Amino acid sequence: MYQYDSTDQSLVDQRVAQFRDQTRRFLAGELSEDEFRPLRLRNGLYIQRFAPMLRIAIPYGLLSSTQLRMLASITRRYDRSYGHFTTRQNLQLNWPKLAEVPDILADLASVQMHSIQTSGNCVRNVTSDHLAGVAPDEIEDPRPYCELLRQWSTFHPEFTYLPRKFKIAVSGAPADRAATEVHDIGLHLVRDAHGELGFEVLVGGGLGRTPMIGQLIRDFLPMPDLLSYCEAILRVYNRYGRRDNIHKARIKFLVKTLGIAAFRDEVEAEWLASRDYGAQLTAAQVAHAKSFFKPLAYESLPNIDLLADAEAEFKAWYRYNTHAHKVSGYRVVFVSLKPKGIPPGDVTAEQMEAVAKLADEVSFGEIRVTHTQNLVLAEVKQGDLLATWRELKRLGLATPNIGTLADMIVCPGLDFCSLANAGTLSVANQLQRQFDDYDYLYDIGEIELKMSGCMNGCGHHHVGHIGILGVDKHGEEWYQITIGGSAREASTLGQVIGPSVPQAEVAETVQRILDVYRELRHEGERFIDTVRRVTPTPFKERVYGKALAAA
Amino acid sequence: MAKLLRLPEAGPHSAIDPELPLIKQADFLKDPASHAGSKSLGVRVAPADKVEDLAPHLAGIAVVAIEFPSPGDGRGFTSARLLRQRYAFTGEIRAIGAGVKQDLLFFMTRCGIDAFELVATENEAEARAALNRFTLAYQPAVPRTAVREARFTAARR
Repeated sequence: MYQYDSTDQSLVDQRVAQFRDQTRRFLAGELSEDEFRPLRLRNGLYIQRFAPMLRIAIPYGLLSSTQLRMLASITRRYDRSYGHFTTRQNLQLNWPKLAEVPDILADLASVQMHSIQTSGNCVRNVTSDHLAGVAPDEIEDPRPYCELLRQWSTFHPEFTYLPRKFKIAVSGAPADRAATEVHDIGLHLVRDAHGELGFEVLVGGGLGRTPMIGQLIRDFLPMPDLLSYCEAILRVYNRYGRRDNIHKARIKFLVKTLGIAAFRDEVEAEWLASRDYGAQLTAAQVAHAKSFFKPLAYESLPNIDLLADAEAEFKAWYRYNTHAHKVSGYRVVFVSLKPKGIPPGDVTAEQMEAVAKLADEVSFGEIRVTHTQNLVLAEVKQGDLLATWRELKRLGLATPNIGTLADMIVCPGLDFCSLANAGTLSVANQLQRQFDDYDYLYDIGEIELKMSGCMNGCGHHHVGHIGILGVDKHGEEWYQITIGGSAREASTLGQVIGPSVPQAEVAETVQRILDVYRELRHEGERFIDTVRRVTPTPFKERVYGKALAAA
Repeated sequence: MAKLLRLPEAGPHSAIDPELPLIKQADFLKDPASHAGSKSLGVRVAPADKVEDLAPHLAGIAVVAIEFPSPGDGRGFTSARLLRQRYAFTGEIRAIGAGVKQDLLFFMTRCGIDAFELVATENEAEARAALNRFTLAYQPAVPRTAVREARFTAARR
């Protein structure tokens, strides 16, 4: 993975000194809360319901075991010995003390980490495919380009006070595992007719209260122009994006208002006018970035059959929690952060330390964070899988539920977040209890359930096969349910299938949706495909019909 | 009266009268010819003004003052960079308004701003220190002495 050089290290060290000074001025009364807010937000520090919340950047979801150990150590020293992984592949601490945040940032800087631009109206942490570099279907490893984008966007002098936040996601494979179509810029690595590498560029996607799917702005952007083109998009946005209404300030509204054709014309004209002084990627810079992501020292191994004499529990784990690796003899292991009774994405300091140790033993010392709030050990020899499973099981991290209904994405909701309208963790618990029969979950098969505690949509509910949105109804927590959303290739937004339901009835409503699916599905048909085939109408009628008739 | 802070390297601009009257861009553009021959013309650019409209007249302008009405409004960064890099403006670019606070100065200088009308509550010594908070940068921007290195370079410099 990428290793800081003296420039990278100096910048994060100087940032720690800057934030230490800003915090001192705030605590001394020299900065008002209004003045301090944009400064702390650009270091990922929010003031939440009960305590500050610190969001730590995990660039494109990649961590070394040393970094994961430091995260564990930070949660022990400054927080309550646990952390929460998010849909942005970041880690959130829920109980840090404001005065200690500069020390936390200094500890992070000691292992080449930071929380720069994890909030605020600026370019946020770049996200990517958690299977980058190991996926069999990959065209090219996206991580070198993610790192170049991370550097280019860090402290960008022109684009640190944008109309609103700005998220970039990069995918190197035809299968979209990074939800790129719902990002402000989505980049897909592609090759042109001559075999040259470049990017297909989408713009104007995003979730939040007005979700939109990104639109194609350029079908092939040559590699050297990556940064200058992003700069042109951001310049048009910085100048013309709305600043009078926070709810209409994301780039998606500008793209929609102008129309993609006119927006493209603006960007292309800006790009042509500024290419000469915009950042150009040289072949040497690309080669240097790529040198950090060379294929690991894989052994030459055959694929082995581990299932012939295996116990059923291992077989289930192997089927659901591991994934094919592009190199023979290796396999990708998902570390499920979705055990029953635990808020999705939460992990304790002990677990982090044990996963770090396991990564050192079986996965080249690297760990990835998925946007679905799990961890991945991506480089495991098949011969080590049984021992890996036993250790993960001991840690409570081997629940064989990846890709099932139990592998739900859930934001922290009203229990922590000051934006939330409704609780999510208790609903997640209700769903975990209702759907705890694995034979049933496996019968339902691949399904993405995503839940947000407010319309800001951190839990990606719009693009859940089943989406659950918490709403406040006269001071009570109610939940609006959508079906048919997806953030995979050819993304779709879910459709509301009826009036919102009270908290106690969420699991029962989901149960009814699944009943309709089981009745209507064709042999082997996934939930999302059934919804697409039959449309949401039969679900609307059947899920709500009886309840309404009874009422 | 707000304090005017100039970069040490501002050199030739240090003789410009800090109290030079500033004409709004919109007013200036109504009749640019009437200002021709003025030795010391100052134009004030609002966040929504398109600085490209000033381009034909830049040779006769001594100061472009860019408004930063609040710390959150970053349009002025683009205006400054366009003036310096696309239109090669060599006069003073001055940041004015309620957003001119020490924590933004580093970004402002890298976009080509070389004078700052600090809001009255700001500490000048702290502001000068903030200009040099970072000694390196990733992006090619307007070169300035405090930044020793920019990693990415422009196609043509």
